[in-house]
Amino acid sequence: MFQVRFHGRGGQGVVTAAELLSLAAFLEGEHAQAFPSFGSERTGAPVVSFCRINERPIRNREPVLEPDAVVVQDVTLVGQIDVLAGLAKEGYLLINTGRPIAELALGDLGGHRPERLRSVPATELALEHIGRPVPNAVLLGGLAALTGIVSLGALGAAITERFPAPLAEANVAAASAAFVLIAGDNDKEPANAATA
Amino acid sequence: MRRQLEGSRAVAEAVARCRPEVVCAYPISPQTHIIEAIGAMVRTGAIERCEFVNVESEFAAMSVSIGASAAGARAYTATASQGLLYMAEAVYNAAGLGLPIVMTLANRALGAPINIWNDHSDAMSVRDSGWIQLFAEDNQEAVDLHIQAFRLAEELSLPVMVCMDGFILTHAMEEVDLPSQAQVDDFLPPYSPRQVLDPADPLSIGAMVGPEAYTEVRYLAHLRQLDALEAIPRIGTEFAAAFGRDSGGLVHPYRTEGADTVLVAMGSVLGTIKDVVDDQRDVGIPVGVVGITAFRPFPFAAVRAACQGAERIVVVEKAFSLGFGGVLSSDVTMAGAAPHHLVHSVIAGLGGRPITKAAIASLIERARRGEVGSLSFLDLDEDLIAGELARMAAERRSGPVAENLLRDLASAPHRSRETGRA
Repeated sequence: MFQVRFHGRGGQGVVTAAELLSLAAFLEGEHAQAFPSFGSERTGAPVVSFCRINERPIRNREPVLEPDAVVVQDVTLVGQIDVLAGLAKEGYLLINTGRPIAELALGDLGGHRPERLRSVPATELALEHIGRPVPNAVLLGGLAALTGIVSLGALGAAITERFPAPLAEANVAAASAAFVLIAGDNDKEPANAATA
Repeated sequence: MRRQLEGSRAVAEAVARCRPEVVCAYPISPQTHIIEAIGAMVRTGAIERCEFVNVESEFAAMSVSIGASAAGARAYTATASQGLLYMAEAVYNAAGLGLPIVMTLANRALGAPINIWNDHSDAMSVRDSGWIQLFAEDNQEAVDLHIQAFRLAEELSLPVMVCMDGFILTHAMEEVDLPSQAQVDDFLPPYSPRQVLDPADPLSIGAMVGPEAYTEVRYLAHLRQLDALEAIPRIGTEFAAAFGRDSGGLVHPYRTEGADTVLVAMGSVLGTIKDVVDDQRDVGIPVGVVGITAFRPFPFAAVRAACQGAERIVVVEKAFSLGFGGVLSSDVTMAGAAPHHLVHSVIAGLGGRPITKAAIASLIERARRGEVGSLSFLDLDEDLIAGELARMAAERRSGPVAENLLRDLASAPHRSRETGRA
């Protein structure tokens, strides 16, 4: 079982991110479950969503309490909420920002593997490729590179199934750019455990 | 065809394949996605010969459904929570008139305090209305129960409410095997009404009945509910033969063989409980769980049989009757599944509070040690309650309870329960 928690704000496609990841996993023959945890239904409010991926059918309905990966779509949430809550020391963290992880107020990162805590400028990539500041699909490209939980091809297929053609193509391009950014850094760091 | 779908979308697709002729509903979270999807399918013609009627309220939605059904149309609607309360008078009328309307109830808590999240309070509020009430464990069963619901409703001439947990199921995206139109057409014949309003053959429906026959009309309605105890498992068996999977029926026992402790529950929490049961069985603890699919009519004999041999029964229920206690556990006790003092009611998951595997595992452990009373509340925040009780004791004008508790939580943010929050 691989469990992912997404943090963001209402309007940033946090729920869609979890759904796209579940769809990509489904297209690769896995069982997957995506679901939201709405704090409140208004634009700008903190929103959490979850995705579980497993080779067996998933019955558990509790929120993801101990994620294997956390995706933060809005860096302004860092410091406001504990985005690392429940994240295993071996877990992955991907934050939407152009700044390095070390510059963020994440608190004690002791014990976490630095090569698994990463940032990617998803909003900038979204503006460049999509023309709108929607970072969700972009970050999934980065997550695919960071964790290997889904392939970029399956993610592209999921995006294509979900969005109409021109928008899908732009999102796939942005996700691919994030994938290359993270995968490129992976290559520089052999200790990375995308295959672990 | 297996697809990765949001629960609401999957149910909308299933209802579409049942060829409804009139759909009338009013939006309310967490049911809205279902109705929006059906509305779009009617507009594009994906559902043929169907009228989607926009109305101003849930009361109107059920009233239109009643009119449509009485005129011989296959009628569908959906609601939740306050929407169900607002349509309550018409809900009772639909059952009393014997009209086979199918309604999705996307289960949600009731106000006040206003709360949009899941529990079963809404379904419990109309449990005596005469509707058949079926509870889905996952989105596959939600799909399957809707297809069975039209068969059941129209065979018995009774309305059927398919209950699915709001947000937990309606907003969960997971794998669902959607039957084809041809499969559904084979399973669900066109609606042949027992009574119909027809200008060419006029009659009236809905007579006023005084003391001379009211009891008899109600008694006959009760008999029809009891007929459903035979029809539900039969239709479930036919469904399994046609679609190749078990869905529906009266109860779903899981690993109850030799269990000293049997949990009883309804809806999506059964999945979480089954995971815990597997964990416990792996280490030799004899526990099992019985899922109740048919809540009305209540399957006394099936519940009794499923719980046979258990030393204790722990009913995990997402609603309760204020000043009384658990509703489901009361029914389980009535079934004679175990002596009253061995049936434990545990109120859990109210207003969307997560029910975790850890909490269920701890509950089982405490129940087997004899530490669970006849009525208890899972994960109750004792400090929060003590604070408000102290405030009420200290001053007459202690203020509104809900606002007080939220203020207490805000002043102690480390105690906030919401996942992912500080």
